[in-house]
Formats: sequence, C-alpha cells, structure tokens
Amino acid sequence: MDRAECETLFSQVADAARARGVTDVEAIVAGEDHALTRFANNAIHQNVAERTVHLSVRAVVDGRTARASTNCLDRESIGEVVEEAIAITRLTDPDPEILPLAAPAKYVLVDRRFEATAQATPDARALAVGQAIAVVEDAGQTAAGIYSTGESFFALLNSRGVSAWHGETMARFSITAMGRDSSGWAKASACYHGDFDPLDLAARASRKATESAGPRELPPGRYTVILEPAAVLDLTGQMFGDFSATAIRDGRSFLNDRLGRKIFGENITISDDVWHPGQAGPPFDGEGVPRRRLKLVESGVVRDIAYCRQAAAHAGTTPTGHGFPLPNEFGEAPGNIVIAGGNSTLDEMVASTDRGILVTRFWYIREVDPYEKIFTGMTRDGTFLVEDGELRGGVRNFRFNESLIQMLSNVEALSQAVRASGEEAGDLVAPAMKVRDFNFTEVTRF
Amino acid sequence: MKDLALQALDAAARRGVTYADVRAIEIRDREITTKNGKAGHVSGSESLGLGIRVLAFGCWGFAATDDLTPAGIAAAAALALDIARAGKAAHKRDVVLAPEGKYEAQWVSPCAIDPFSIPVDRQLAALLAIDEALRRNPGVTLAETSMHFERRRQVFASTLGSLIDQTRVQSGAGFSALSYKNGEIQRRSYPNSFGGQYQLKGYELIDELHLLENAPRIAEEAVALHAADQCPEGEFDLILDSSQLALQIHESIGHPIELDRVLGSEANYAGMSFLTLDRLGRLEYGSEIVNVVCDARPVHGPGLGTFAFDDEGVPAQSNDIVRGGLFVGYMTSRETAAAVGAGRSNGCMRADGWARLPLIRMTNVSLLPGDQELEEVFDARSGIYMETNRSWSIDDKRYNFQFGCEIGWEVRNGKRKRMLKNPSYSGISTDFWNSCVAIAGREHWTLWGVPNCGKGQPEQVMGTGHGASPARFRKIKTGGAYGG
Repeated sequence: MDRAECETLFSQVADAARARGVTDVEAIVAGEDHALTRFANNAIHQNVAERTVHLSVRAVVDGRTARASTNCLDRESIGEVVEEAIAITRLTDPDPEILPLAAPAKYVLVDRRFEATAQATPDARALAVGQAIAVVEDAGQTAAGIYSTGESFFALLNSRGVSAWHGETMARFSITAMGRDSSGWAKASACYHGDFDPLDLAARASRKATESAGPRELPPGRYTVILEPAAVLDLTGQMFGDFSATAIRDGRSFLNDRLGRKIFGENITISDDVWHPGQAGPPFDGEGVPRRRLKLVESGVVRDIAYCRQAAAHAGTTPTGHGFPLPNEFGEAPGNIVIAGGNSTLDEMVASTDRGILVTRFWYIREVDPYEKIFTGMTRDGTFLVEDGELRGGVRNFRFNESLIQMLSNVEALSQAVRASGEEAGDLVAPAMKVRDFNFTEVTRF
Repeated sequence: MKDLALQALDAAARRGVTYADVRAIEIRDREITTKNGKAGHVSGSESLGLGIRVLAFGCWGFAATDDLTPAGIAAAAALALDIARAGKAAHKRDVVLAPEGKYEAQWVSPCAIDPFSIPVDRQLAALLAIDEALRRNPGVTLAETSMHFERRRQVFASTLGSLIDQTRVQSGAGFSALSYKNGEIQRRSYPNSFGGQYQLKGYELIDELHLLENAPRIAEEAVALHAADQCPEGEFDLILDSSQLALQIHESIGHPIELDRVLGSEANYAGMSFLTLDRLGRLEYGSEIVNVVCDARPVHGPGLGTFAFDDEGVPAQSNDIVRGGLFVGYMTSRETAAAVGAGRSNGCMRADGWARLPLIRMTNVSLLPGDQELEEVFDARSGIYMETNRSWSIDDKRYNFQFGCEIGWEVRNGKRKRMLKNPSYSGISTDFWNSCVAIAGREHWTLWGVPNCGKGQPEQVMGTGHGASPARFRKIKTGGAYGG
C-alpha cells in the first residue's frame, strides 16, 4: 500500500474511533510481498511466496493505552479492531508517565525501493540459484542456501497529524558449500539485488570448503582471531539493545554505571545512522519520531544512548527516534549500526599473524553474563588456522566464551567497513577485525 | 473457513497438479505484560489467511495470502504453480510422498476456561499482584510478569480428499525478578525463564501454576545470588530440574532427530545432524535408563506439540526415539519418509501460521519417567544441582552444547548445601545422555512448553513440548562458561 492508501485506511480508523467517543488514536499499517527460493542437496527444495498486510491500532484514553491488530481490512473488521483497541485500553490502569500522541515532524526520507527487485520473478531467482549450484557442484561439493527478494512498507499515522511512510525492497542470497568433512559459507543482502553477485558468493563459499578440508583439531585456549565482517556482526550485534535509556533505567543494561566511560579500545567507534548507504529501514520510529544519528561509542568511550519519547521525558532530554511501538516494556534501541572501519585488509591481517584462527561466521550465540557481556557460541562453515602469515587449512570448530568488553578492547586491526549480513544479529555495517586473546573454551567433533 | 480452504484447493487442483493442500487459519492472540508495577504490553491481534502448497512438475510450490477474495485466492494458486514450475531450473529428482489416508475430522483441544472470556483487567490485576509481591523485596530492581493466550483454528484440505478442522487453545504465563547490584545482574524466573510455562490449556493453567505463591521465594533467590559463591569449574555429578532438562532434550535430542536436517534440507541455516542414517538402530544414544518418545497424541498430555493431525494431514502418533538407550527413530514428513523407504510419515510436519510452509518440527519429544525416588536422584556424594535455563547454545550438528542456569546448589551426600551463582555445564550430546544414572518417577514429571523454537528460511517460530523429571548425570564438566 502506498502512502495515500494508508492515509485512507487511517481515516476509517479515526472515524471508527470518533464514533466510539475516542479522539486520540494511532495506527501502524505494514505489509510485505516476499518470496524465497531455498535449495539443498544441489536442488531447489522449498520455494515460497507470501503476501501480508497488517493494521495495528493504538488508542489513548484517560492516560491509558493498549493495542489491537488485524490483517482483515474491510470496513467491518476495521471497526472491530478499533473497538477491541478501545475496549482493552479502558480495562488497563492509567499510566502517570504516558505522553500525548507524537506531533507531526519532518522526515529526511531515504529511497530504498528498487522496482527491479520488487518485480523479481520465481524464474529469475531459480536461474541464479541453478548457476550458483553449478559453481559448487563443479567443485565436487554440495550446495544449500536461499535467494529471497521482496518489498515491504511501514506506515505510522495518528490523529495529531503524523503521517510517516517508508517503503523498501530487500534481497538476500546465502550459500553453504559442503565438502566431505568441511564447509564454507557466504551471504549478502542489499535493497537492490544487483548489488551482489550470487556466483561470486558461491565461489567464495566453495573456496572456503575446499581450503578447510581435512580439518585438524587444535586445543582450546586464547588465540588471536581474525573475524570476517559477518562474524563481527554476529557477535557485536548482540549488545546494541543495551544502548537504551529504558534498559539502563531498568538495570538490565551492561552500560549501567558505564556511561561516559572508556570501556573499549581507542580504535572502536560506533554510530547509529539510518541514512548510511549500507543501511536499510525507515527514518522514523514506532511512534513516528524522526531518527537522529547517534555516536554510540567514540574512541572506546560510551557516548550516546537511544531515548524513546517517554524515556526522554523522564530524563529531561529529547527523543532520538529509536522507540518501539507502544505499549512495550523495552523502550527503544538503535537499529542502524555502523562500526567504523580501519585501514587494514583481511589479507594484511592474515599476513601479520604468527598464529591465530580465521573465523568466517559464528553460530548459536547466547548471553552468558548480562553485565560483563560474556557470550558463548560456535564457529561454523570456514574456520582456519593462520600460521606465519598464511592460511594453513581448516580446524575443527570451537566453542567460545568471550566478553564483548574484552574483545573490543583487544582489537589490533580493522578493515574497511562493509554492509554485513549474518544469521545471529540484524544486518549492520562492520569491518573485519583482528582480535588478540579470544577465548575458545572447547572444541567440537567436526 | 472450510469454504475458503476448498475454494483454494479447487483453484490449485484445476490447474493440474500432482498433489495440493491448503491450510486456512484464523488466529486470535492476547499478550499482557507488566513491568515494575505498570502495564507493559497489552495487546490483542487477529489474523486470517491461507497457504497453498502444490506439487507439480516434480517440484514444490507454495504461496500464501491474506487477500481472501476469489481473485486473491486464484492469484495465490497461480503463483504457487508458477513457483513450482520455476523449480525445474534446479531440479534433481521428482518429489515422492509416502502414502497417506483420507480423513474428515474435527478436533478441539481440551480447554476448561476460555482465556478470552476473562476480561483483560482481571488478567492484568493478577499480574500486577505478582509484580507487587516481587517488588516487596527491596533488592529486586526489575519485576516482570506476562500472560499469553492463543486460539488457532485451522482447516486443512488436500487433494487426497482430507478435510480436517482443528482448534488449539494455548496459554502461557510466568514472571521474573531481576536484581542489579554492584556491577552484577542476577535474575530468577518462575515457573520457567523466557515467558514461563506454556501448555495446550485454557485459563485453568494460570491457576495451576501458583504464580503468586512463588513470587516471594523467587525474589529472595534473585537477591541472594549476589552473595552466593561462583559455580566451580570442574567435573561433578550434575542434577537438573525438569525445566532445564526439557531444554536439554529439545536441543540435544529433538533437533538432531529431524530427518530433514539429517538429509541436508536445513544445512544453510539450522544445520545438519550427527544422527546420520547409518546410526539408526546402532547408536547408543544414552544409558539404559534413557527412553525418549516423540508423541503428538492428546493422551501424552497438553503439550505445545499436541494435535490430532499434523499440517500434512497425517494423524498424530507416538514413536520411540530412544529405547533403552538405543537410537531407534527420527521425526519424519511424507517426503522424508519416502526418501528413506519408510512406509509412512510419523506426522511431524508443522507450520507456524498460514503464511509459511510446513517443516518437520518437534511435537512432544519427552524423556519418559524413571524408577528412582527424588532422593535417589539427589544421592550424589559431590554434585551440583541446577535449575531454570539462562543460556543455551549447541553446534550446528548438535554435538557440543553449553547451558547456563539461573541458580545452582552444591550437593553433598544427597543434601543441598550452599547456593551457587552463574552455574553452567557443557559436553557432547551422546556422552551426556550416556552418563545419565538416575531419573525421577512420574510424580515429578512435567510436560514443559518451549514457545520459541526457530527453524527454516524464512524463519518460523514454533511451540514444542518436552516432558521430563529431574535426573542425574555423572561427571559432567561445569563452570566452563566463565573459564579460560
């Protein structure tokens, strides 16, 4: 649905609310057309498409608020969802900290919709998948992966006049190449599907599988690691929910008593920037507040945190445009992370390493300690020994237990930052990193 | 609903398919949370749509839509067929399905009290009372409570002639107390972490959980953890409560027995499995007292994996997975059953909604009760008892795992002694299950719900059930999460 269609829908919501004696009402209208071609064992095996639209209505009545949602958009269903939102709102307790609905604001819009990606066909995806499989198959390996394309929109409208709309396209390709006792992986995502080459990704995954064949087992311990951008994303992406005023107020953030302090190395600078060319997503938040750029970490020092409207009012500051749709218990979080890069390259990191481990990606990362920010997880699909400045073949996968505070204090080199895509955290812009004393605690059997 | 499903099935079938099925689904959902004395998230939602799966040209195609006009349904059916045709570009062999019968059935899960008949303000008041009880302890810095209810009606229709109408009502509730003090965060949850306990029941579950009665103890434990000793690093006899054991079953037995993983379908994301086909009937998965079933039948209990028919129209079944320690069974679909020469699917195909394709998912994968008294389970000379999951991680073939729990206690000569904080344990799945030396009896067995199991691309989130009673494992590595 375009902006005009969303506004027409909202006028029906507002009319239905007024008919029930309620003037303060907000609606989120969101939807997507998404298709995904999945392959395994060198053949397409799951091939799907979905079309969804969703209307979510929030009422504000006498200091109370609640939400009701539906995917039925006929007039009767709209009346019912408004009725439900108002009914459950009236049954909640008043919140003394509740704010009036957000006021209209100016948005610095960002164009992330590409018609060719929106119109990508099952045949086009299948053709690219077939060619990528051939690259892996020609190396005597087995391929598995996905190629997805689609478009989505997100609109937030309210009875004070907010009318914020954002539409974008997104394409993702990921591939795992499997040899007899090894595997390699590569993934890319972009708003325009032409920004990545499935054949290049297939070749990269295949090369990793070839070069890591016959993995040897090394003892666990502290190693210098070279983390490719996806591995940096997988791990660092776990901590940004803590750069939240509400999380700090709740005492659940590792930044409690650490704001303004230098907790990472001098070479770590991290921003939140929705307008960065490697980013995606709308330039406004779940209440319709325009996003602002944040300097979360500057030369290792924790600087900015995100504030939703209510957290900002409590702290006596201005909201940053990172709030989640209300009502919620989490408040806000930055979602467009850009980790500043350096001037090294992956090859230079390898060349400068006497003995270390190169990690393609991590897997199944979970928090062990919420304040020291210790995480555990596994390496996967391309873990290599580096010796005397060269890759020396694959190694069996490690389990790590590592504090992000320690890790980001031990970074010896950074590459240029790129848009990275993994499976353990949302896409972000990150460099490869060389890190000393990374804590591998166990080895698995492959 | 039935008309919609049949209309969609007809739209697909008349285009010429080898097989087609349709799931028309209507979901009603309610979620209520509180945080530090205030309502957190109060919402209700409704969703209606259908998914059409076709087998044509030897390939699968699937399209889902919430445009339920005749034109919208026809477009989805046409798209499903287009997608199947496109699959020929990367096609190795035609999909073959294990045979299945034709069923016409209606089933509604047992529900004594419709949770949607209870007003939101009454549910909120119950949660706020728990919240208040938690915050009476001044050491609690964050109190959180939640309730979640879902009613899902699904009509399945297939070109085999099946027409199956199922309604499932599930409820969940729980709370947690967080204590931040001197640079340390400790949390206790009840009756389980990550949302509490979930079962296929109505509002009666909430009363059965005795939430309010347990709030003071949980608050006290969260605060006391700050002063507790760190869980030691070493090898100890490990005793697990049934909720943690349920997650251990989920990760180190439930996922590896998914036959689609074994055959490579999930290799790019969730991974594969160490349970290769040559291990069936040969691998000593556990010690002789370890017996595990995969049981979707209502008689197994009100689990999140309980139903009458799976999402391919296969009746719910019970299958042995581990019998007397020996690995004897996988979870299958019609396609994977045919691929390994099994006569029939054992009914484990499930989708998380109308927009997604059914995948092999756990139903209720449960460790059967043992013969030991609880005192015998705790009868360790030097052991550690751990309770309530805090973190979980396992490699992509399901060998190496590490779990953290919220709280532990040293066990000496069968008695609980000092409290231990930050407990964790790790190991290799088969080594772990072969070290099982005691399992408590039926009276200590609980069918836990795991509401957040992820799998597939696009990812699907599914509820699974796991029955377990407390059990003891010999010489398990502990404390490694904080080691090195």
